Amino acid sequence: MNRLSSFNVVSLTLGFVFLYVPMLILVIYSFNASKLVTVWAGFSTRWYGELLSNEAFLDAAWVTLRVAVISSTIATVLGTMAAYVLVRGGRFMGRTLFSGMIYAPLVMPEVITGLSLLLLFIGLGLDRGVLTIVLAHTTFSMCFVSVVVSSRLVSFDRSLEEAALDLGASPWDAFRLVTLPIIAPAVISGWLLAFTLSLDDLVIASFTSGPSATTLPMKIWSSVRLGVSPEINALSTILIGLVTIGVIAASLASKHAALRAKRDEQAAARAA
Amino acid sequence: MAETVFAPWDDPTEKPLIRFHNVTKRFGDFTAIDDLTLDIFEREFFALLGPSGCGKTTMMRMLAGFENPTEGAIELAGQDIAGVPANKRAVNMMFQSYALFPHLTVWDNIAFGLRRESKDKAAIAARVEEMLKLTRLEKFARRKPHQISGGQRQRVALARSLAKAPKLLLLDEPLGALDAKLREATQFELMDIQEKTGTTFVIVTHDQEEAMTVASRVAVMDEGRVMQVATPERIYEAPDSVYVADFIGDVNLLHGTAAPSGEDTYVVTWSANEAPVQAASTRSFSTGQTCHLAIRPEKVAIHKDKPEADNAVQGKVLDIAYLGNLSTYHVELPTGDIIKAQVANTRRISRRDFTWEDPVWVSWSKTAGVLLAE
Ligand SMILES: Nc1ncnc2c1ncn2[C@@H]1O[C@H](COP(=O)(O)OP(=O)(O)O)[C@@H](O)[C@H]1O
Ligand SMILES: [Mg+2]
Repeated sequence: MNRLSSFNVVSLTLGFVFLYVPMLILVIYSFNASKLVTVWAGFSTRWYGELLSNEAFLDAAWVTLRVAVISSTIATVLGTMAAYVLVRGGRFMGRTLFSGMIYAPLVMPEVITGLSLLLLFIGLGLDRGVLTIVLAHTTFSMCFVSVVVSSRLVSFDRSLEEAALDLGASPWDAFRLVTLPIIAPAVISGWLLAFTLSLDDLVIASFTSGPSATTLPMKIWSSVRLGVSPEINALSTILIGLVTIGVIAASLASKHAALRAKRDEQAAARAA
Repeated sequence: MAETVFAPWDDPTEKPLIRFHNVTKRFGDFTAIDDLTLDIFEREFFALLGPSGCGKTTMMRMLAGFENPTEGAIELAGQDIAGVPANKRAVNMMFQSYALFPHLTVWDNIAFGLRRESKDKAAIAARVEEMLKLTRLEKFARRKPHQISGGQRQRVALARSLAKAPKLLLLDEPLGALDAKLREATQFELMDIQEKTGTTFVIVTHDQEEAMTVASRVAVMDEGRVMQVATPERIYEAPDSVYVADFIGDVNLLHGTAAPSGEDTYVVTWSANEAPVQAASTRSFSTGQTCHLAIRPEKVAIHKDKPEADNAVQGKVLDIAYLGNLSTYHVELPTGDIIKAQVANTRRISRRDFTWEDPVWVSWSKTAGVLLAE
C-alpha cells in the first residue's frame, strides 16, 4: 500500500472540509433546540415536527415533486426521440444546425431561458402555475437527456437494429424491443438527471411560476430572506438525506450489475 | 442409380431466384458495385469470393434491403425488390458480427423473428425447439449471448436467421471468427442444413477453401465486378482470366506469345533461351498474340533426369516448402523464372529424392495448363 504523503493528506482534508463543513453545520443545527440559529441549546427534533405541520412547506414539496416527475418524464421521451433522430437520421437538411441547437441551452444562462419562457407564456396568455413550470423544466432538461442518450447511441451497434428489421420487425418494434432495452441505462440516467435538475431549479421556476404554485427551492429562498429558521435546516437535512440514500442506492445497484456481468462472463468462459 | 446433377444454371428454361440486372452501387463518387449482372438459382449454395473491400457485403446488404442500387434492378422470384423495406422481404441475413440481441436469451433470440408474424405461442415454441435441435443448442437455450462461446454464438445466429424458413439466407463471412477445426465442422454442418431445409444460401467469404468446400457455384469478384461465375471445379481447373487463376489456389504463370500448331493446340514462346512449350486450348489465339499459360503446381512433375513429356525445362531447387502431406518445390530456371511443383509426400522426409541446389527437370503435359489472354 502506498502511504499518503503529508501534502496529500493536507490537500485531501482541505478539500473535504471545503465540501462538507457547510453541510455538516446545517445538519447539526437542524437538531438545535433553540430558535436562534447560531446558539446551541441542546439536541431536539422539534423542528422536524414543526416542518411536518407546516402546510406551506408541504404544499411546496408536493408541487416540486409533481413538477419533477412530470417534466423529467416528458423530457426523457422528447430528449430520447431527438437523440435518436440526430444520431440515426442520417444526413438531412440542417442536421448540424439541429445538433448544435440541442446543445445551446446547456450553456445558456438560466436567467435568459427563464425570461424568454416567461415572455412566451405571457404572449400565449397561459396562466402561470404548475403547467408552466412543467413546460419550462421540460424545455431545459430535455437537452440534457438528449446529450446523455445520444452519447450512448453513438456507440450502439447499428447492426442490432438491422438484424431486428431483417427478422421482420417494424422500425417501431425494432426500437421498442431492441434499441430501447439496450440503451435503457442511459435513458434512466437521463431521467434521473432531468429529475434532479427540476428538483433544485430556482431561477427558471421563479420566472415561470405564478401565485398558485411555489416550488420548494422558491419557498426556501423566500423564507431565508426573512432570516434562516431552524425549520429550513431540518428541511435541508431531509433533502441531503434523500440525495445521499439515492446516490448510495444507485452506486450499489451499478456495482451489483457489474458483479453479475463478471459472473456471467466467467460462466461463459467455463462453457467455451 | 442415376443421380440427376444439380445444375439449374445450365438449363435455359429455369427461372433464377435472384437476378441482378446491371446493378451499380455508388457511395458518393466511389463505385462499390460496377454494372453487375448475375443470376442465382433456387436451392443453390452460392459463394461470393473476393478480396476485402471488393463489394461482397454491399451486395448482401442490397439483397437484405439495407441499401438500394444506384442503377439497375434486383429481382427476387421475378419481382423487382427496389422499395420493399427490409422487414417485408422473405430474406434473412446472418450478420458478420452475428448481431445477437444481448438482452435476450438464446431462446428469445431465435423466437424474435417468429413472434413478429405469429401470435401462436405453441407453434413458435415448436419451431424454436426444432432450430435448437438442428444447431445442437438445446442445453444453452436459457443463456444470454455473452454466456456462451464464440462457436455457440455463431450457431445461435444461424438458428435465428433460419427460424423463419426464408426463401433466401444470406451469410456474411459466417465462420470468420472460428478456428480451423470448428470452421471445417461448421462448413459441413451448413451444407447439411442447406440440404435438409432446401433454402437458397448466399455465402460471403474471403477464404477460397471455404468457398470451394461448400458452394455449388462461386462468383469471384474484384473491385465491384464479377470476374467469373462457375462451379468450384471449373473456377479451379478452367479459370477464364489471370486474375481468377491467381486468386484461387497456387499457380505458375508463363507469359509469352502464342502460335497455332494443329487443332486446339498452340506453341507458346515464352523465353529467348528456352524451347517453346505446347499447350492445348479451346480458346483460340492468333499467331503472335500475347498470352499467359497458367499451370497448377500439382500438375507439374519433378525429375532427376530429362523425362519423356510434352514440356520439360531444367532448373535447380531453390526452396522446399514442407506442408505435411505435400511438399512444394520451388525450381529456379536459368531465365530466373520460378516454377512450383507440388509432390505428395508418400515417403518419409529423410528419404526424399531432391534437396536444395539439386539440378532437376520439371515437366507437364500440354493439357495440364490453361491458356489465357489476359
Ligand atoms: N456506407 C458506405 N459508405 C461509403 N463507402 C462504403 C459504404 N459501405 C461500403 N463502402 C465501401 O464500399 C467498398 C466495398 O465494401 P464492402 O461491400 O463492405 O466490401 P467487402 O467485400 O469487404 O465486404 C469498400 O471500399 C467500402 O469502403
Ligand atoms: Mg464484408
